Amino acid sequence: MNIDLVPLWAGIIALAVFMYVLLDGFDLGVGMLFGFAPDESARDLMMASVAPIWDGNETWLVLGSMGLLAAFPAAFAVLMPALYFPILVMLIGLVFRGVAFEFRVLSGTRQGLWNRAFQWGSLAATYAQGVVLGNYVQGFAVSGREFAGTSLDWVRPFPLLVGAGLVYGYGLLGACWLVLKTEGHLQQWARRWALRLLVGVLAFIAMVSIWTPFMQEGIYRRWFSWPNTALLAPVPLITAGLAWWAWSSLRKGRDAAPFLAALGLFAMCYLGLGISLFPLVVPYALTLHQAAAAPDSQVFLGLGTLFLLPIILMYTGWSYWVFRGKVRADAGYGAH
Amino acid sequence: MGPLLLSRLQFFWVVALHILLPAFTVGLASYIAVLEGLYLATKKPVFLGTSRFWTRIFAVSFGMGVVSGIVMPFQFGTNWSRYADATANVLGPLFAYEGLMAFFLEATFLGVLLFGRKLVPAWMHTLAAVMVAVGTLFSSFWILAANSWMHTPAGYRVQDGRFFPQDWVALIFNPSFPYRLLHTVTGFYITTAFVVVGVAAWHLRRGSAVAEARTMQLMGFGLLALLVPLQIALGDLHGLNTLEHQPAKIAAMEANWETRGHMPLLLFAWPDEQAEQNRLELAVPELGSLILRHDPAGEVRGLKDWPREDRPPVAIPFFAFRLMVGVGVLMLAMVAASWWLRWRGRLEAAWFQRLCVLCAPLGFVAVIAGWVTTEVGRQPWVVYGLLRTRDALSPSITTGDVTVSLAVYIVAYLFMFGMGLAFMLRLMRKGPDTQPPAHEHEPSEQARPARPLSGAREAS
Repeated sequence: MNIDLVPLWAGIIALAVFMYVLLDGFDLGVGMLFGFAPDESARDLMMASVAPIWDGNETWLVLGSMGLLAAFPAAFAVLMPALYFPILVMLIGLVFRGVAFEFRVLSGTRQGLWNRAFQWGSLAATYAQGVVLGNYVQGFAVSGREFAGTSLDWVRPFPLLVGAGLVYGYGLLGACWLVLKTEGHLQQWARRWALRLLVGVLAFIAMVSIWTPFMQEGIYRRWFSWPNTALLAPVPLITAGLAWWAWSSLRKGRDAAPFLAALGLFAMCYLGLGISLFPLVVPYALTLHQAAAAPDSQVFLGLGTLFLLPIILMYTGWSYWVFRGKVRADAGYGAH
Repeated sequence: MGPLLLSRLQFFWVVALHILLPAFTVGLASYIAVLEGLYLATKKPVFLGTSRFWTRIFAVSFGMGVVSGIVMPFQFGTNWSRYADATANVLGPLFAYEGLMAFFLEATFLGVLLFGRKLVPAWMHTLAAVMVAVGTLFSSFWILAANSWMHTPAGYRVQDGRFFPQDWVALIFNPSFPYRLLHTVTGFYITTAFVVVGVAAWHLRRGSAVAEARTMQLMGFGLLALLVPLQIALGDLHGLNTLEHQPAKIAAMEANWETRGHMPLLLFAWPDEQAEQNRLELAVPELGSLILRHDPAGEVRGLKDWPREDRPPVAIPFFAFRLMVGVGVLMLAMVAASWWLRWRGRLEAAWFQRLCVLCAPLGFVAVIAGWVTTEVGRQPWVVYGLLRTRDALSPSITTGDVTVSLAVYIVAYLFMFGMGLAFMLRLMRKGPDTQPPAHEHEPSEQARPARPLSGAREAS
């Protein structure tokens, strides 16, 4: 088999991680906003807006990580031990966030405990993912196919900043999701939060965009050498346009546009990250080809993935369709 | 304790607690699918009530299974990165196929099963239940294929200390896989059936939800009458397969030190690994050879055939195996008693129903004991005969790192599993609603999800 599947696999994993960030991003954002909700009935609605879909959303994380293991094993073997504690925090956060959906309703008088588990679990998972991202951009100590640093290397200023940035980012997605799925007072409340968070997100995008090229010379050259600067100019320009769209659609009281604009902002940041790092999969040590699995393994899994992914997207789309529309408190569940 | 032992303890802890949930939900998903199908076909309210009751409990246990399951693949990387890098070419695709074929199917259709009864037509809701059940079986297939390959590797070649695929069919359908898959999934079904029968007994004893409870016991004991004898036969076949491919594991399970014919079966012993012998032996002559070779004179290899550094620990597989077999015998007795009593019209005798309640958790004991037997018996290898567990550890992690993470997992899981168990027991005690709400199956465009969407409440 002479076909080089590395680009295809890079694409599949990029897609899986991006889907995870977008989909669980808004779930986790709703979770973080949970603690600020005006009242218990608002919290009920917020949770109801993500309850039927969060599990599917989180599954993209499994696909991303298992895809990375299968297609780029050296990357998996370096990144996981390097990020030992951020991943621990993320997993524990996801555990408590996940069980809170059921436990909150069953716990009766102790509902407050699981409200907090939902909120703090979401926050811990989000911040840890931001720290993972920041470390990814800053790079890892590698020797051969192994991580050569210590389990505390992740404690650095840049990743800690990116963690805070992702909290704002997921928060924005969550607030815009609520604008889309709710109405009345709760929607207005979500809209005010979305505006506040949008300002924060733009500030973090600016800080990270300035800091990154000065941290890594390669990234500086990629963006600021001629003619790259001209060719890549659309990235910041489109980002600015999306920021404006998000702002104005929130001000005009639109339902769906802010969420789409927020997704667009994430897409542009993700694209910018890809442009900065390509073709590395372990910055700044291993390229995609160096970390790639045996071609036979990539082909065997690739065939099934190309067949299954469209089916997954189809039934995922169908489930969003089943649960479409506004979440309402008066939908006639008299039986309860 | 160094990072190796601590990492092994951590893996034991997160898998042992996680495996309790699939042990229950694989069978329960199928049971709910069958109940939904029966309701669709007959429209008898007893099936609907029973299905709704178990779906509530399923929602809680499945949610816990999902979140504790996500922890697992990350363990391969954080603590066992050399294992991950060495085996990824052969095992990575198997794990990824589990995600692609099983997790998405389960997660997506679970949403419809729990919250979609009023939003989709009845047949589609039943289909969602079937899809969730199918997803759990796909998941079992792939994860056990990967696990079996670690016991009986096949279809690979080794290059620079890493495994490369050569024949995917041989790799997936490796020698122990068919036996392990059937033995494990049958064990999961039996586990669920004993819980169903036990919960039904609890309600029969207090005279609540009698119609539903009787249905549960009829279906539960019906399935068990088929599966418990089958499981004993499958266990025998699995044992013979292990004897062929992992004889050192069998030697440890039987605490057999010497290679010999006419091997006795030890009912009890205290294996002494230092002295390479047993104390306090209580044995049935020749029965060991008879079981393992189906011939009283058959020769069975002893632990002294292997150098000490290639031997598994003896005491743990020896006792865990006896616990599993003991539970199996007890289960067989329960099933035989149930059909005898049913024939005599005394099934609902108080003493027997009380026994049923006590036996509800038996399957979990057998599953954990069986899993411990097979995994400890594989030691000191992570890939049998090829990659030692101690060579699989992440090189960068320290004793301090793993002490912290293990402590976090212990505290978090004790809390989460403790609460989850309490909630499930509460739901089980509450029992099925004997009067399902009217207008159950009219799909309505009006009815978007409303009040707190919890599977546990939604299905009520």
